[in-house]
Amino acid sequence: MTAASTEAYDQFAATAAGYGVELTRVPADEATAAIADLVAEPAVGTALPWDDVDLPENVPTDPTPAALDSAVTGVTGAELAVADYGSVFLPGTPDGAEPVSLFVDRHVFVLRERDVVPDMVAAFDRLGDRFREDRASGILATGPSATADMGALVQGAHGPKAVYGVVVP
Amino acid sequence: MSLDSREAKAARIRHLLETEGEAIAENTRGFNQGRYDSVADLADYQELRDEARAIKEDAIERLPELIDELTERVEANGGTVYIAEDAADANRYIADVCEAVDADRAVKSKSMTSEEIEVNEHLESDGVDVVETDLGEWVLQVAEESPSHIVAPAIHRSRESIADLFNERFDPEEPLETAEELTMFAREQLLDRIKGADVGMTGANFLAADSGTMLLVTSEGNARKTVTVPDTHVAVAGVEKVVPSVEDFQPFVELIGRSGTGQDITSYISLLTPPVDSPTVDFDDPDTPITDGEVDRDFHLVLIDNGRMAMREDDDLRETLYCIRCSACSNTCANFQSVGGHAFGGETYSGGIATGWEAGIEGLDTAAEFNDLCTGCSRCVEACPVKIDIPWINTVVRDRVNREGDGGNLDFLVDGLSPDAEGEGDGGDGTPDLQKRLFGNFETLAKLGSATAPLSNWAANAGPSKRLLERVAGVDSRRELPPFRRETLVDWARQREASGPTDPDRRVVLYPDLYTNYTLVERGKAAVRTLEALGVGVEVPAMPGSGRPPLSQGMIATAREKAESLTDALDPYLDANYDVVVVEPSDLAMFREDYAKLLPDDGHERLAANSYELLEYVYGLLENGADVEALSGASGDGESVAYHSHCQQRTMRLEEHTLAVLTELGYDVTTSDAECCGMAGSFGYKEQYYELAMDVGENLGEQLEEADADHVLASGTSCTEQIDDLLGDEPLHPVELIAPGAPSK
Repeated sequence: MTAASTEAYDQFAATAAGYGVELTRVPADEATAAIADLVAEPAVGTALPWDDVDLPENVPTDPTPAALDSAVTGVTGAELAVADYGSVFLPGTPDGAEPVSLFVDRHVFVLRERDVVPDMVAAFDRLGDRFREDRASGILATGPSATADMGALVQGAHGPKAVYGVVVP
Repeated sequence: MSLDSREAKAARIRHLLETEGEAIAENTRGFNQGRYDSVADLADYQELRDEARAIKEDAIERLPELIDELTERVEANGGTVYIAEDAADANRYIADVCEAVDADRAVKSKSMTSEEIEVNEHLESDGVDVVETDLGEWVLQVAEESPSHIVAPAIHRSRESIADLFNERFDPEEPLETAEELTMFAREQLLDRIKGADVGMTGANFLAADSGTMLLVTSEGNARKTVTVPDTHVAVAGVEKVVPSVEDFQPFVELIGRSGTGQDITSYISLLTPPVDSPTVDFDDPDTPITDGEVDRDFHLVLIDNGRMAMREDDDLRETLYCIRCSACSNTCANFQSVGGHAFGGETYSGGIATGWEAGIEGLDTAAEFNDLCTGCSRCVEACPVKIDIPWINTVVRDRVNREGDGGNLDFLVDGLSPDAEGEGDGGDGTPDLQKRLFGNFETLAKLGSATAPLSNWAANAGPSKRLLERVAGVDSRRELPPFRRETLVDWARQREASGPTDPDRRVVLYPDLYTNYTLVERGKAAVRTLEALGVGVEVPAMPGSGRPPLSQGMIATAREKAESLTDALDPYLDANYDVVVVEPSDLAMFREDYAKLLPDDGHERLAANSYELLEYVYGLLENGADVEALSGASGDGESVAYHSHCQQRTMRLEEHTLAVLTELGYDVTTSDAECCGMAGSFGYKEQYYELAMDVGENLGEQLEEADADHVLASGTSCTEQIDDLLGDEPLHPVELIAPGAPSK
């Protein structure tokens, strides 16, 4: 791990914490257990895009609409994180990462530490070709869903009320 | 504007102040403070604004080719693009899409452009159930109200009033009370509706031509559900939303939340390249995995012209198209903070920039209904993330409205007083209404008033004259008119014995603005004494007015004539290397900002570069070695000062100089954070706006009273008059406190 990536991670952790997002930083072989600790059942998930990190057994993939409706927790991969905003980019994928991260009260994202970039300029430098070449879509998500439309700030408007991150080197 | 319509307008404003004012004030001031705090954390804020501005300028310049490029990309991605000429065209297309998929229900995320075309009404008349899923928009849909703010549409409603609305309409088992309960109730209700939706409609904050990606700024997650659940997605966006590339999104992502609600970033920035790859979620088939089968989605991008391409050809309205609809100009506007968008707004848009939008989209008549609520205070100029000169757009539209007007029917009363018709009218006789002509011609009034003072003052403030002025010209009789002085500053300076330094290094023209020359003469004398004590040679020659009064009434041709006369009169002094020192901040703003628009080529540049606000100049003299002991400082362990800087002075970033000088002289200074005093030139004198002006002023008055200071100071004439009315005591100009021999407390 380079000094720069540690610095970016620390900054990401600090800004994300400002939005109430707690990070758990674990080696790859402990990631599954760390995710399991954060899951409140029932849960749904999408397969993580790395060979060395698996979902816990109590997080099934390929959810039905009924499962999405009743799920408390959703687990998905995050493609990158922006350190100075505390944001993560959640790609919308054919296996349903978008609804899985949305129709739940608790979203757990899993992120590789090398994918933490320092700022928005770096984020868009990386994402530009993903949109142009791969026709990607996704959400730059920062903290839980929120609204102030009912007279005071409330977390969990249409989306998750709480967000957790598991960060793997 | 006739007496009847002035009274109707005053009644409407009074009603809104009473019913919505409190919630609007609390929310907008919270957003505004949030903006200040959030942008202060951004090291490269000004660079990002420059970058955002440059992207928009380039995009609007190249708009036709960018629209072509975007269309090709979206179609290559598998979507459809429809370019709608106007609202009816757009609605017809969207209705056809709904009909083709046999839609019973469309769910929508928040989109001002869809409000503009009134698509909900259109679809509902076709039998489609349209549901707003943004919580604020849904509140309004349930209440059958219109948005009062472009970002937070239900900002005029308190939590209590939303609870009353829901409890009455839905009769829940347990009455709803807290914001949490209201939110969870709405979430459940709306989830039910989203589950049964056939079409999802969104807006688009930005569209990238090089990828077909759209950006949506949201916080609740309703836009995500709107896009994800149904298999048909219709995005409605003005043509001006196109930017060249995805990378161009970056400065806007950093600026839009900060500028609007004061959030560094909102919860969700959707970056969608539709049709998206996410599987649809068919709640009618609850037990089949969503990943079964192929993802098959329809995407329709409806790009709306509706007047925008014509705005693009209009040199004065074009800048409106740079607007990113962040709401900073609403939140920072003192008038908006008091009445909100139900008064300061047109058919769709609200706040300062709405004048440009409504003039371009709906027409001058709509813009004319609320355009006067922009006082030109300029606080929105530094708040706007794309640096739009919003006051100028308001001035231009006011000028156009004037030219269409008939001037009222009372011209015989003021012939010879008001300027002639502003250029060639192209509808009526092309003259502004009498109220505007009266205020726009303050220079003539001041000359007359001074020549006949004190008789003119007694007459003007006597009951019968005030009632006449109110009835024919709408000058509110609750205001005292400023007393004109028989001996003007120029007279005084001409007659006094030479007292300045011999052979000074610096020579200045102290510009005798209309107020300092004819009414607030003491501050002018204090300015002369102060500058001379600091070793400067001062002359106070007779000078024409700056053109500020006509400009603020939208009388641009008259203002331009004034600008030309004044620069001609000042030229010999500038040739001889004099500096120009200005007491009245709104006049300095003319020299530095507005003359760029009024004078040809770079005719304003020399004056702009060589003119200074009075305390800015004093600050510079002290920094360059002038003796601070020559001035009158605080006695003993310091006296306290409550200071209200002038709005335009703050926009020019000249508040700090006054603060620095006062602090150096030992004063303990508290400043107000009120964006404007409410008087704003002639605004607070106008009958229809008196109560609004006083409501705005109360915010300032309370802060000044709370400061409980030994001295209350203000730099602008309007602020001085307003504070006098609010506190019953006329504040001093800072120079009157620091001038040699000035009385201490």
